Amino acid sequence: MTGEETGDSGLLRRHVAFLEALREAGLPVSLAEGLDAVAGVRALGWDDRELVRAAYAATVVKRQTQRAAFDAVFDLYFPRLLGEGAAAPELADEHGIRDSAAALEEFRERLATALEQLDELAANEPQEGESEGDGGGPSLQDLAAEAVGRFGQMPGRAPGRSGWSAYNTLRRVAPGELVAGLLAALAERGRSEEEAQRRAERRVAEFTRLVEADAVRRIAADRDPAEVARITVRPPVDLLDFTSARRADLEEMRRQLYPLSRRLAARLTKEQHARRRGPLDFRRTVRASVSTGGVPLTTHHRPKRPHRSELVVLCDVSGSVASFAQFTLMLVFALREQFSKVRAFTFVDDVHEVTDAFVPGADPGEVLAQLALRAQHAARFGRTDYGRAFARFAEEHADALGPKASLLVLGDARSNYRDLGEGVLAELVASCRSAWWLNPEHPRHWGTGDSAAPVYGAIVPMVECRNLVQLEQFVHDLV
Amino acid sequence: MHPAWFASPDDAVRRLLEVGYLADAATATTAFLTGALEKPLLVEGPAGVGKTELAKAVARACGAELVRLQCYEGLDEARALYEWNYKKQLLRIQASTQAGDGGPGWEQTHDDIFTDEFLLTRPLLTAIRREEPTVLLIDEVDKTDVEVEGLLLEVLSDFQVTIPELGTVTAVRRPFVVLTSNATRELSEAVKRRCLYLHLDYPDLERELEIVRSQVPALEERVARQLVETITRLRDLDLKKAPSIAESVDWARTLLALEIGDLDEAAVDATLGVVLKHASDHDRAVRELKLRR
Repeated sequence: MTGEETGDSGLLRRHVAFLEALREAGLPVSLAEGLDAVAGVRALGWDDRELVRAAYAATVVKRQTQRAAFDAVFDLYFPRLLGEGAAAPELADEHGIRDSAAALEEFRERLATALEQLDELAANEPQEGESEGDGGGPSLQDLAAEAVGRFGQMPGRAPGRSGWSAYNTLRRVAPGELVAGLLAALAERGRSEEEAQRRAERRVAEFTRLVEADAVRRIAADRDPAEVARITVRPPVDLLDFTSARRADLEEMRRQLYPLSRRLAARLTKEQHARRRGPLDFRRTVRASVSTGGVPLTTHHRPKRPHRSELVVLCDVSGSVASFAQFTLMLVFALREQFSKVRAFTFVDDVHEVTDAFVPGADPGEVLAQLALRAQHAARFGRTDYGRAFARFAEEHADALGPKASLLVLGDARSNYRDLGEGVLAELVASCRSAWWLNPEHPRHWGTGDSAAPVYGAIVPMVECRNLVQLEQFVHDLV
Repeated sequence: MHPAWFASPDDAVRRLLEVGYLADAATATTAFLTGALEKPLLVEGPAGVGKTELAKAVARACGAELVRLQCYEGLDEARALYEWNYKKQLLRIQASTQAGDGGPGWEQTHDDIFTDEFLLTRPLLTAIRREEPTVLLIDEVDKTDVEVEGLLLEVLSDFQVTIPELGTVTAVRRPFVVLTSNATRELSEAVKRRCLYLHLDYPDLERELEIVRSQVPALEERVARQLVETITRLRDLDLKKAPSIAESVDWARTLLALEIGDLDEAAVDATLGVVLKHASDHDRAVRELKLRR
């Protein structure tokens, strides 16, 4: 395959557009990596879609968090098939109608059988469905494609603009209702109840995922894939805003948190080691020089005493920023050995100390659950009141601050138009060594509506902290 | 042009299997590409999924020698690339001056002491100078300092090393380079750009079962399946340290040694320490798997 040929067949243009879409989705793909991808695909050939995917993945993706976005964009630009595919049987019945009550009934039966018979292997490996016709029955993937083809079509607003809806498909097919039957079938094969439940749910979830992917694939075939990519592809989880994260994203972020804190701790220790060269250790240097004929080739230094400060974290745990506050607290406590002392307080309109929730070696999930439970102690009327919270803090916990302590305030500075308590905050800030305010909102929203960010920003340096990457960077710089 | 490392992805699967490494499709394809494009391969993933083993398997499958550079904090040029054997040089100078006034002049000595004889080659240079097929394994590259990455750049992109006194040494035969990383530190974009990337993750149930069966053939099929299923469930639990493949193999050996013929709840509870190394993980597993009712 020569360069001209790829150009003629439109592959080159597809390739460039694909890379462009990846860049838009947040993957930094360089020119050199694009060329590597072409070389890789040429070495493997274009005839197997999974090989093409592997070639692109090996050359273009350089971080595992980017993999989800890569797969989504790849599916849009190199779809599994177009429309129903060439080999699929005609879906319409003799009246030219695809979607009918009888067809639905019959399809659900087939789906139920397929879900039952599905081997565990195929459920774990979506690629397995690609090799057609293995095991006799239709693969889950084919069924998903058929389901969307039959039941997911939406009448278009204009001719040729008809859409496809995963939601409609799933509502008609209702795979969730098949779980009961599936449970019975699995129990018959000697699976324990829990086991059957877990498997049944996993299979149905797999089918749901495939239907969603298939609907997106059909939409992308009708429209510009770049446009679809912009809407459907979500940024990697570490670049996702805390405030716009969905439930599943939060779950994923929580899973990232522990590795993140460990990575950060390793990096910090290493950097401290690198800066550890203290004053010259004359005695050791001279001793070492004996082996090199009295020439001090290597110098030895005394270790430097690490400098450690106290940290006081004051965080807003009202609904709007609760998850952000929890993440930051978890991260700070994971790095507690970098500080001489850490104390944490949560507030909504009252202040509550939560330091004791962070037992060394405790399970992160449990700590988060406990934090959520104890958030009610921090609330009286349940609406954020910064002024009152600062005042209460100054009254009850002023002893936490001192010349060695750093104060960290977490919150979106949305005051519900109440008293801001700038005076109290200024006093608090003045009594400690340094202070920061972390704000999970984009700076362009600061000062809009009831946001008091500019007012507080004048007293405390306010830092934008919207995603895990920024959080990691901040905590790193803080230590 | 020397023969390629692997003829095709399928060939890679087959030959890696012959030496006892069960590669999945993505791993085999990437290994094939690494050989075909002659680019270094960066392997990332959790500890104990067979990153280092991949390099060793490639070396065995292709009959190549493995040259290993174990990275650690404080690794420097002298231990990664090359070093002048200054003690020997010192001796050489002393010997030539003591030989009497008829000894060679400074120019001569200078030329003498910067030759191959006084060069201590370290892994990177060794790998490049070898004429036979070589697999260069740069292990745990994330443990090094940023300066070493700069050093790697020249080696990885052009496969050459510049020694001021000797000139530039270019690889006669490009080695198959594998870098492994646990991602404790983000590698620089420059290094990543020059590498192919492979993320090795925990294998799926069937593949792990095959691995356990091939490593511990004496274990009964039924127990092995129970074991792998339990391990898969443990990995779903969001633990501090999820059990790796190495740990499931350890567990299989433990069960064999204790002659446990059925992995029921009591047996799991008694031997859980083999796979879980944190107290909080242990508690969580006991609770989630409902081991003690």
